[in-house]
Amino acid sequence: MPAISSTSHRRMAIRQNNVTRRVSTMTITFHLNGEEVTLPDAEPTVTLLDWLREERHLTGTKEGCNEGDCGACTVMVTDPNGSKSLNSCILFLPQLNGKSVRTVEGVASDTGELHPVQQEMITHHGSQCGFCTPGFVMSMVTAHKNGATDHDDQLAGNLCRCTGYAPIIRAAEAVEEQPVPVWIKKEGTELPAPANAGEFSPRSSDELAKVYADNPDAVLVAGATDVGLWVTKGMRQLDPVIFLEGCADLKQIEVTDTRVRLGAMVDMNAMREVIEPLHPSYGEMIRRYASMPVRNAATVGGNIANGSPIGDNPPALIALGATLHLRKGDSRRDIALEDFFIEYGKQDRAAGEFVEAVSFPRQADTLRVYKISKRFDQDISAVLGAFNVTVDNGTVASARIAFGGMAGTPHRATHVENALIGQPWTEETVTKAMAEFGKDYTPMTDMRASADYRLDSASNLLARYFAEMNGETTSVLEVAI
Amino acid sequence: MNDLSNKGPVAKPLPHDAALLHVTGKARYIDDIPMPVDCLHLAFGTSPIAKGRIQSMDLSEVKASKGVVAVLTADDLPFTNDVSPSIHDEPLLSDGTVNHVGQPVFLVVATGHNLARAAAKKGKIDYVEETPILTMDEAMAANSRFEDGPRIYTKGDPAAAIDAAPRSVKGTFEIGGQEHFYLEGQAALALPQEGCDMLVSSSTQHPTEIQHKVAEAIGLPMHAVRVETRRMGGGFGGKESQGNALAVSCAIAARHTGKPCKMRYDRDDDMIITGKRHEFRITYRAGFDNDGQLLGVEFHHMTRCGWAQDLSLPVADRAMLHADNAYAIPAIRIESHRLKTNTQSATAYRGFGGPQGMVGIERVMDHIAHDLGLDPVELRKRNYYDAPNNRVRADNTTPYGMEVTDFELHGMTDQLLETSDYAARKAEIAEWNKGQSRLKRGIAFSPVKFGISFTLTHLNQAGALVHVYQDGSVHLNHGGTEMGQGLFQKVAQVAASRFGVGMDVIKITATDTAKVPNTSATAASSGSDLNGMAVKAACDTIRDRMAEFLSERHQCDAKAVKFEDGQVIIGDDVMTFEEAASQCYQGRISLSSTGYYKTPKVKWDRIKGQGRPFFYFSYGAAITEVVVDQLTGENRILRTDILHDAGASLNPDLDIGQVEGAYVQGTGWLTTEELVWDDKGSLRTHAPSTYKIPACSDRPDVFNVDLWDGRNPEDTIYRSKAVGEPPFNLGISTFLALSDAVSAFGDAYPALDAPATAEQVYTTIRRVRDGV
Ligand SMILES: Cc1cc2nc3c(=O)[nH]c(=O)nc-3n(C[C@H](O)[C@H](O)[C@H](O)COP(=O)(O)OP(=O)(O)OC[C@H]3O[C@@H](n4cnc5c(N)ncnc54)[C@H](O)[C@@H]3O)c2cc1C
Ligand code: FES
Ligand code: FES
Repeated sequence: MPAISSTSHRRMAIRQNNVTRRVSTMTITFHLNGEEVTLPDAEPTVTLLDWLREERHLTGTKEGCNEGDCGACTVMVTDPNGSKSLNSCILFLPQLNGKSVRTVEGVASDTGELHPVQQEMITHHGSQCGFCTPGFVMSMVTAHKNGATDHDDQLAGNLCRCTGYAPIIRAAEAVEEQPVPVWIKKEGTELPAPANAGEFSPRSSDELAKVYADNPDAVLVAGATDVGLWVTKGMRQLDPVIFLEGCADLKQIEVTDTRVRLGAMVDMNAMREVIEPLHPSYGEMIRRYASMPVRNAATVGGNIANGSPIGDNPPALIALGATLHLRKGDSRRDIALEDFFIEYGKQDRAAGEFVEAVSFPRQADTLRVYKISKRFDQDISAVLGAFNVTVDNGTVASARIAFGGMAGTPHRATHVENALIGQPWTEETVTKAMAEFGKDYTPMTDMRASADYRLDSASNLLARYFAEMNGETTSVLEVAI
Repeated sequence: MNDLSNKGPVAKPLPHDAALLHVTGKARYIDDIPMPVDCLHLAFGTSPIAKGRIQSMDLSEVKASKGVVAVLTADDLPFTNDVSPSIHDEPLLSDGTVNHVGQPVFLVVATGHNLARAAAKKGKIDYVEETPILTMDEAMAANSRFEDGPRIYTKGDPAAAIDAAPRSVKGTFEIGGQEHFYLEGQAALALPQEGCDMLVSSSTQHPTEIQHKVAEAIGLPMHAVRVETRRMGGGFGGKESQGNALAVSCAIAARHTGKPCKMRYDRDDDMIITGKRHEFRITYRAGFDNDGQLLGVEFHHMTRCGWAQDLSLPVADRAMLHADNAYAIPAIRIESHRLKTNTQSATAYRGFGGPQGMVGIERVMDHIAHDLGLDPVELRKRNYYDAPNNRVRADNTTPYGMEVTDFELHGMTDQLLETSDYAARKAEIAEWNKGQSRLKRGIAFSPVKFGISFTLTHLNQAGALVHVYQDGSVHLNHGGTEMGQGLFQKVAQVAASRFGVGMDVIKITATDTAKVPNTSATAASSGSDLNGMAVKAACDTIRDRMAEFLSERHQCDAKAVKFEDGQVIIGDDVMTFEEAASQCYQGRISLSSTGYYKTPKVKWDRIKGQGRPFFYFSYGAAITEVVVDQLTGENRILRTDILHDAGASLNPDLDIGQVEGAYVQGTGWLTTEELVWDDKGSLRTHAPSTYKIPACSDRPDVFNVDLWDGRNPEDTIYRSKAVGEPPFNLGISTFLALSDAVSAFGDAYPALDAPATAEQVYTTIRRVRDGV
């Protein structure tokens, strides 16, 4: 490993069982409830939640699951792009460099005047045991600041076991028309200058390329919605880690007349904004991807690079014919996204190579993406099906169909595609093609679904696609009374 | 004094007493108590196998792990090794055998929570594996059970009645368990005191039990252990006995190290170690006439109790006691098997077996309505117990011989049918379904009659301690615990009303075994019934003393002294409550009192299944509408209407909160909340990523909840009724609505199993539609 020159990137010796292990620490600066905090020796994989509760004794922020799934730990984080809710239990301190954090202790005014969200939660009996409440308050304060009134989506990541949610929604609705308090409005207007956190916290993809090529064993951390769990649940000691958060150029989005290109660090909510107008069905899937705070962290690069067989974006992107842009040092290569996934746990990515971006052709909207899970919101897919079929004069001209949850990797349903291409786009063709799914996939049984159900529902989704393309109502989510 | 003439704060919709603390993050739970200096943290090393013996244990790596101070095994326990709430069959740490995946084997004491967790994963233990008993079928085959055989309650001769009946149905029904998923995991903190005494803070519904188990574990009388509980971040029954292991561990480690010790389960550990709602399989046979009158019913209950007895017997009893729900069944037999398996020890969960029993008979009613093609509400109404003012049946006794005298459901049902526009909507849905091939809607009604009282009669007692200080402020304490249900607020409203003062005068304080001893768990929905009455008794004792003293001074009749609006009215004189307190103090009047209450009238023989286990019944009714998709089984609630009976509510807003929350929780149990164990007995759904409780958007789009304008005919606190558990059962209407929607796909009876996940619904639709 090369010598580390930066003063702000130190190595701290930890004596453990007479073996000296070195942990790379980082200097970071951020605002906490309006006060500047500089941590000269932050251990990179300490979570904000542990730090708040154990070091700062700010115990208002709760731990309900320690894995991003309950929202008890929600905080508001503001950066130059605005304020967003994040799960502090899977948020590492260096991800906060140069940002501003507000916890439940910091949403009333200095003089103790309650935030309208707090007041309405009291008025509408939005808390019972109160353990989920700080997290709800933070999600609601953030939504209110951003003028968002899609409450079910804003709160999909906050679980409450007591209230049944109804009073919380009543509180959220009661706040809608009330002005954002000045002390919250001005949050983020003066952000601290990020500390120089050192080369393991690169500021551009070029810097990243260099440090990663030099340290191919390092763990890349994008949104930490996977990596966070390796630490909080797997109890893994990660060292060194490279934080991608500072690489502004990796957050770039380019939409031209012919292509869409998303930098690896584009988070799910930013992605949803781009995708929604082009492919509403894909946008709807992203709406159901995890929850607001997880989407604010999770990146498209991470969702691809982790190689998960149940990642939601890969099948949709494969159906769109996406290209993956990889980079190692100064050399770059482009591959078809579907070729990236070799087998379970194995991807076509060399040591020191990272995902720079993903791009796909802009096309007419024939894409439909269906997510099947036990619960509609904040659930991992049992089956994720993406269909992209074009029909020319009543005959199927092209078909790209890809699934997640059906095999060790996300991949295409080639037999089904072949059964469609060149055939008349009719119910008969569809029925025949549905029988081909068994040739493409041998799914497994696990706690999310049985193999039979996976296979049946996957092939039924083709029927749904056909019906939907014929303009029929196909989803229970569309039924209203 | 007339209870209802001037209620003061009682019956007012005041917010939860801690609402302000909740929304500002200042409400303290166990893990938020400022950490004592030198506090140590604990974690269990647990068994990876479902059944076996420990051959050898190498804990050297655990001991060498960073921050570890001590590692304890069963051999290091100074006194008893038991955390069972019932029959001493639950060792804190494995006694050499292991009986489920996740059973605690050793205890790590370390300088940090995460350090303890990390170390706990490093144990090297060799087990001799044995074949576990995991399923109910395996347990039945092996006769692996609690008690010597099944419990059987019988009324009449149901077999003959069914055989002779014009029509009959039969079937088998699987009902999954349920994880409590209290948002705050189990937690405890022990502070060693002088002379080996122990002060324990515990997130528990049952401080007295914690005190008892801790005292046993450290070899001291109960007087040496004080347990305090200010609040829990949710309990739902999961903190009735499951906190014992943590509190006892903390006390033992604190005794061992002389330092404060804290333990909280990480969520995954919590779900892997602790017990859940009992899973049931109910097999039934029912005979009825062509009008749908029930003639006889037979139930066969099997329940998976897990490895230790815990509270399984009364849970299974309560399932039997709710096998009739709202229906007068002339002949019935309920046979209940409590099966012992190598899985987590199933425990108390909101409803305590009642919901499982109730969903059994509701399933039968659903089946019969389908068989007869009769409107399911009409069928139910025909079988209801009689209203008190309109007796038509010769026999209105339950299967266990208790006369039903307070039946409210006739009026409630009619009102709900009207407010929910049931008939018109049912017709509209049928019409809509005709035009749809893939999506179908369904609607269903379900009533609730839930018995209130602990079935273990001696638990129906409570104590309180009330002090009035010389400045007129009031310190309130009782044996009930606060887990979000608003008990403290409701009881404080009672106290304020008794003294005729404002809420700000009453100080709510943490449950404390040193203030009120020998308390029962806050469970069985009994919290405000029992503690409200005990507090009333304490307040009235003080009030009567004050009245007597003041009336003597002012030469009037003590009965004429009134406590109202912060004032004490003594004949023609008026003084503030504060002044009255001061005068009483100076007049050497005791301003402190305990209060005590025991529920009258209950008497029950659980072996015979005869008597009056319940003081009264709480009622409720719900109508739920859903839509399902035949391609995937995906489903969703569109609208729910609820009418619930809280008697004369102590606080209508808090009660409505209980009803809304309970309905959603009950719906979760029967829909998305699926517990999955693999074939090695390992729970695969041990985190919120895989175990799905309802999220925000899962609540009904339209959600109308109302309280029935009622009054408890029994003499309860201000004629209110218990409201914690009964509305949980309203979720059954969701399950029945799904069954109704599924039945629109074909002619066969759906026979849907629970939980009705999308997959379950999909499979059932196929069966109904294609007969596969
Ligand atoms: C509560 C919760 C809900 C979730 N729900 C969903 C869901 O509904 N659908 C779904 O698909 N996923 C879901 N996930 C999984 C997770 O959010 C995604 O996989 C996410 O996209 C990972 O992105 P990240 O930026 O957080 O990655 P990280 O956790 O930072 O990294 C993930 C992996 O990718 C590597 N990596 C990251 N960026 C790069 C890069 N540019 N080049 C190379 N390697 C890189 C990391 O080293 C690591 O191995 C959920 C996770 C949580 C915690
Ligand atoms: S603690 Fe549950 S999301 Fe963070
Ligand atoms: S109020 Fe208890 S979990 Fe929400």
